[in-house]
Amino acid sequence: MSEELNKELYRTESRWQEGEYTVTRTSVWTAPGCHNGCGVLLYSKNGKLEKIEGDPNAPFNRGRLCLRCINMIEQVYSSERLKWPLKRVGEKGENKWQRITWDEAYDIIENKYNEIKDNHGVESIVSLVGTGRNSMWQPAVITRAIFGSPNLSFGFLSGDSCYQPRMTANLIKLGDCVISDCSQAHPLREKNPEWEKPEVIVVWGNNPLVSNGDGFIGHWLVDMMRLGTKLIVIDPALTWLAAKADIWLRVRPGSDAALAMAFLNVIINEDLYDHDFVETWTYGFDDLVERVQEYSPEKVADITWIPKEQIIEAARMYAKAKPAAIQWGLAVDMQMAAMEASSAITDLMAMTGNIDVPGGNIIQRYAYNRSKKYGSAIEYISEEMLLKRIGTYESPIHESGYTPFIPPDKLLECLETGRPYPVQMLWLQGTNPIANMAGEAPRVYAAMKKVPFCVAVDLFMTPSAVAFADVILPAAMSVERDSFRAWWTPLRSITKGAELYEQCKSDEEIVLDLGKRIRPDRFSQYNNIKEYLDQLLQEDGGVDYDFDTLVEKVNDFWDWDYTYKKYEKGMLRKDEQPGFVTPTGLYEFTSPLFDVWGFDMLPKHIEPVEGPYTTPELMREYPFVLTTGNRLWGCFHSEHRQMPTMREVHPDPMMDINPKAADKLGINEGDWVWLENRRGRCKQKARFNVGLDPRVVRGEHGWWFPEKEGAEPTLFGVFDSNINNLTTMGVHGPTHYGAPYKSTICKVYKVTEENDRVSPTEIVTRRGGFSYAKK
Amino acid sequence: MQKNDDAVRYGLLIDYEFCTNCHTCEVACKKELGLKSGEYGIKVLEDGPRQNGDGKWEWSYLPVPTSLCDLCEKRVAEGRKPTCVHHCQSGIMYYGPVEELVKKMADKPKMVLYSK
Repeated sequence: MSEELNKELYRTESRWQEGEYTVTRTSVWTAPGCHNGCGVLLYSKNGKLEKIEGDPNAPFNRGRLCLRCINMIEQVYSSERLKWPLKRVGEKGENKWQRITWDEAYDIIENKYNEIKDNHGVESIVSLVGTGRNSMWQPAVITRAIFGSPNLSFGFLSGDSCYQPRMTANLIKLGDCVISDCSQAHPLREKNPEWEKPEVIVVWGNNPLVSNGDGFIGHWLVDMMRLGTKLIVIDPALTWLAAKADIWLRVRPGSDAALAMAFLNVIINEDLYDHDFVETWTYGFDDLVERVQEYSPEKVADITWIPKEQIIEAARMYAKAKPAAIQWGLAVDMQMAAMEASSAITDLMAMTGNIDVPGGNIIQRYAYNRSKKYGSAIEYISEEMLLKRIGTYESPIHESGYTPFIPPDKLLECLETGRPYPVQMLWLQGTNPIANMAGEAPRVYAAMKKVPFCVAVDLFMTPSAVAFADVILPAAMSVERDSFRAWWTPLRSITKGAELYEQCKSDEEIVLDLGKRIRPDRFSQYNNIKEYLDQLLQEDGGVDYDFDTLVEKVNDFWDWDYTYKKYEKGMLRKDEQPGFVTPTGLYEFTSPLFDVWGFDMLPKHIEPVEGPYTTPELMREYPFVLTTGNRLWGCFHSEHRQMPTMREVHPDPMMDINPKAADKLGINEGDWVWLENRRGRCKQKARFNVGLDPRVVRGEHGWWFPEKEGAEPTLFGVFDSNINNLTTMGVHGPTHYGAPYKSTICKVYKVTEENDRVSPTEIVTRRGGFSYAKK
Repeated sequence: MQKNDDAVRYGLLIDYEFCTNCHTCEVACKKELGLKSGEYGIKVLEDGPRQNGDGKWEWSYLPVPTSLCDLCEKRVAEGRKPTCVHHCQSGIMYYGPVEELVKKMADKPKMVLYSK
């Protein structure tokens, strides 16, 4: 990222010729996996991508790039990529495939669809998707508009615990989503005269430098630090940001709701809240005042393992800073009290008057409201069909449509029991559940094996594809696609800068191909992808231009998104009155909707189901609190393990342990160790983290080994180092949101020759799973 | 932009206070120079984490150009910045004549200057 530009080289058009290279200026979003959409310059020759650079003229990333884009050429032209559609010829799990044409693949899928429709009903087709990338709306459209099934879900992400709790809490309390304001909403960035630097940013439950979650580039925090912003970091582990923070709160995993309530306690009782905002724009404050009295800093110090003085100091520092932002992340979602923590943290933003102010937490919608993401095509599902959604009517918030998924924990029960009906087909698009998001992965493996037919759309052969798929469709990467991005702002073009690799197709092409075959009444009007994208850009009051125009613009910042205090200006509500999109029109400290659904109207702490205060007897055998899923610089979730460059940075799965705790167990740094609890075990390599509480260990997620044999029982070693051998399914907060991925328990011991004779993957694929799970 | 010649020595100035160890410089350099696994044109070294007597944490990263670094001679000839400077996620790397970088260095503590 550099300051001055060579304007002859770094032009602002969308495409130009530079010597022998055609340069395409656009953004990149999926694949590789990422939550962001950084601006890039694609240098191609004869349709082949030869070089890539960060686009210094993109206000979003200003030239900076992370490893995933820098390593683009290696990934796009990896010989490991899926090249053409494949049909299974051996048994499932044997990894034996036959090359077929796209027409043959579509014939198989269409025939199976017709058979299921006639004999079982289309609702028995279930689609699974991965995390937020440009493969969200496409499977939603395929499932709902093409197959006509209402059943779409995360790939067994227990408790929908990725951004859904935080977004849902935002939506219930203020009717919109808020994000921290590092000037990214405006094309002039820090030079926008209305913008102010956050005096303090609270980094809560994420390490954004590595994770870059939710459309937020983590290094924007470094930009802010360089301008003088102070940090409060809430993290069980010492991160680089925590080391640089004015205050680092080493929270016990899974106790964030209690901590947020203690912050509220201090801010209310010391009268540090924003009286104007609270009196004019909020509802239910007095009830919250009463509730927070149950959360004194003394009491919460015991719950969170954070000294009382630090809690008080941090609460004061946040409340007194004007403006201040909270940059929250996934750890808030991945606990029993996810909805409760999300609600209390949102209350902090409101109470301090930091909502939708410059340098605070600003209200954002998808640029020009252009993206429905997982909710796409729900309008095609009839009321009668909606009633057939699996598990949805056991979860009031899902039923009300806040999350457009069926609850993943209920889907697992459905697969296991065949109730309310057996699932006949799984459509996996951009998800590798048993390697990545599925809690209690061995249990999910056994359940998914029961489904008779499965299609996987992916870039590489994955353990999930080998274990379950009958047909595999090879997906295009971002640089081979025409698409667009509207997650927050700006609206960005995703323009093809390279010809398709072998016979891959983009997710959009797959939608159109299948749509024309199965539902020509809904798709025959589109002659090509661009016409379809035009429709998506323009329908329902979108932009007044077409896809080609967006390609020319590259970036289009939406002025709505960079307008501050929208609630004062009547910009949020359909009736154009000032206020928020809530039943009371106000920010709701107490949420009447929660009451209607039978939930507590106010936030509260919920203990993890396993831990020192809930299962002290278990702690004798499993003495560590286990937190999982800290992110890697080079790998996005379970992706990138077959990239030599990424594996040079991340050769092995690593677990973190305090050196004193390791010493007691005779563990040296670099030793392979087992992490084990009642559900199973996995092995990772020990890395010392001096900042980690000696009672807490961390384990990485997403590990499998493309270099190993794909066929079962090896299955790319998918269960050998899989931290989800230890996590849970079906254990979630009272609202059905939030699961304790980051707050379970385990023991740790060295791997030896004697205790490593049968690999975990063989135990799962050949011996019926770990003994506890079999009960 | 120009490259080293007899009259002017060029170098890299790095504000290491804000180096996060994101590996971008290392990998961007590998791609630019076509380096094999295990080879680096710039490598990030680590000091810490370690707690000082006052309770504050010491944790610094320092990118060190190796003998393979040619200050992106080819890119610079084309009018570009070295790829590490261009892509650095913290935006803390500067390329230029050493004399100019020295002046910039005077503005702020925790900067390090490498001459080539």
